[in-house]
Amino acid sequence: MNKTLVAAGALLAGLSLPAVAQQRSIKIGFVSTFSGPPAVIGADMRNSFELALDHLGRTMGGLPIEVIYEDDQQKPEVGKQKTEKLILSDHVDFIVGYIWSNVLLASLKPAIDSKTILISANAGPSQIAGELCSPYFFSTSWQNDQTPAAVGLFMNQKGVKNTYLIGPNYAAGKDMMVGVKATFKGKIVGEEYTRWPDQLDFSAELSKVRAAKPDAAFAFYPGAAGVQFLNQYVQAGLKGQVPLYTAFTIDETTLPRQGENAIGIPGAQQWVNDLPNDANRKFVADYKAKYKASPSFYGAQTYDAALLVNSAVVAVKGDVARKADMIKTMEKADFASVRGSYRYGNNHFPIQNFYLQDVVKGPDGTVVLKTVATVVKDDQDVFHDKCAMK
Amino acid sequence: MRDEVILLIEQCLNGLQFGLLLFLLAAGLTLVFGIMDLVNLAHGSFYMLGAYFAATFAALTGSFVLGGVLALAATLVVGMAAELIAIRKLYGRDHLDHVLGTFGLILFFNELVRLVWGPAGMNLPLPPYLGGAIEILPGVYYPAYRIAVIAAALMIALLLYLVVMRTRVGMLIRAGASNREMVGALGINVQLLYTFVFGAGAALAGLAGLIQAPILTAHIGMGENILIVALVVIIIGGVGSIRGAFMAAIFVGIVDTVGRAFLPDLFRLVMTPAAASTLAPALSSMLIYVVMAIVLVVRPQGLFPVDGK
Repeated sequence: MNKTLVAAGALLAGLSLPAVAQQRSIKIGFVSTFSGPPAVIGADMRNSFELALDHLGRTMGGLPIEVIYEDDQQKPEVGKQKTEKLILSDHVDFIVGYIWSNVLLASLKPAIDSKTILISANAGPSQIAGELCSPYFFSTSWQNDQTPAAVGLFMNQKGVKNTYLIGPNYAAGKDMMVGVKATFKGKIVGEEYTRWPDQLDFSAELSKVRAAKPDAAFAFYPGAAGVQFLNQYVQAGLKGQVPLYTAFTIDETTLPRQGENAIGIPGAQQWVNDLPNDANRKFVADYKAKYKASPSFYGAQTYDAALLVNSAVVAVKGDVARKADMIKTMEKADFASVRGSYRYGNNHFPIQNFYLQDVVKGPDGTVVLKTVATVVKDDQDVFHDKCAMK
Repeated sequence: MRDEVILLIEQCLNGLQFGLLLFLLAAGLTLVFGIMDLVNLAHGSFYMLGAYFAATFAALTGSFVLGGVLALAATLVVGMAAELIAIRKLYGRDHLDHVLGTFGLILFFNELVRLVWGPAGMNLPLPPYLGGAIEILPGVYYPAYRIAVIAAALMIALLLYLVVMRTRVGMLIRAGASNREMVGALGINVQLLYTFVFGAGAALAGLAGLIQAPILTAHIGMGENILIVALVVIIIGGVGSIRGAFMAAIFVGIVDTVGRAFLPDLFRLVMTPAAASTLAPALSSMLIYVVMAIVLVVRPQGLFPVDGK
């Protein structure tokens, strides 16, 4: 009997031991889409994040790193629930990720309310750049409107007089159209919003594009939808008739399946795989060596997010309770970004260059993305005036 | 020809093509439900498998048509195997068990596809003769592949009609849909009939999937959204009725496509563009459900119910 009691006591003591003896670690929650077709994007983000941790020696400020990956299933309600779980039960120090604007908008409040620093590695809804801005939010990507606005500028340069806009009916889709309209000087002859994310057949909309006979069309279809849209654009015989301009429709996650269909279709991006800086060369080469695939802009932004977190942790020497000091450090964007250096605006969105990217046949016959020109330098989003932070 | 007329013709073709595709899916679903009294949510999984098989076999053989034929055969085999191994255990249990069991199959097939083909999905490139657009009427250009889909699906529909109405197997199928117990009582091997019907239904779904693969790419979970629309079709058409499925599928296809195409413009006439662009997509995606609700109120048995039910 006594033996059992002693054993039980030892067992109980054992239970409380790890909590005392455990070494402190930096806990990072990572919310992205790891199921369904967008899992390809989620995987690229996770791979890039893991690569960044490798490059950091898997420590930040001398402390080990623990990453908890959560799948938002591309659903706002699931994203919010996973974010709350990371904050309330895992007590993470940072949250990184978010592909989709609608998912990020739903997940923002729990992070801000708990003063957990959240870094969006992709989504950049206009609301968060403006009235919903917060000291605890940072973006390592862009505000949604910026990329299409750069495309609009390029369309002006090409002498496009009128255009037809088409994109999905959700937060980012609307931001994209506003973005093009902000800079494009010609006429908008038509505007279509398709059901998202389940509508994948665009026959009705493409027929309308053809009937409108525009100089050019602009499309925003992120992820797998970009493959389907481009397939159907080519099948409808529109590629030869109506030149297509895109934002977030052609990238390294979709290109293997878009192939020749994508050749010659321009887009804008703040990062392209061939940007000539050392950090980028190392990132792209090591990614290819480790994963036997090419990183996309989603991955590049996520890689930067890891380095941004690291800069904050190093500045406070691992004392992650000093949030104000960490935010102050992060505002300097003092790390070697793979897109080249950039600054933060008052709303914690990057002020950065946007490049024109084109799709060409590489030397080995595969289809690759290539930087052609700089469309706009040091671009800041238009919503920062609405942000109360100074 | 005037632009508006051209656009209307194009949109009707788009609707027809979508409708015929829905018919291929709904035909199998309605047969299985009508004859075997089985609610088969995994029907969409065969649609997905058809697309993956076609992409794989076309890449292996280098031929689009041969890939399609092999994919059809493969889905038939998988369908019959699923009936023998899993579905058979569900007969005679209530509909909730069917829903649970076949929902489990959806998860199983999705995970299976992820293991075999990976999460990225697959593209099925079209042969050059189907890849572009052709002029079907003066000034009316239409994707060659979609024309081929319309022609092929109409042929399949005709074939299905002949099999169901003119052959002995078809007679058994119709008899099964009208009165299942009586067919068994008359000494027909019901088990064999069920395996055949389920396999044929799966093959039809696989056919729909392989037809869609060049347009939508093969991807995991592609069957789930379209299955909902196929369920709407069989409710409108009347459960168990092939003719009802055909009529309702064409109707739903055209209502959905034409609604999507013209509602936004219609709304812009009476409200601001911003309000119209918010409201119109929402309403047009609801349109077919509104139609279904009206049918359920006016004719709960569907527009073309099977006699004797």
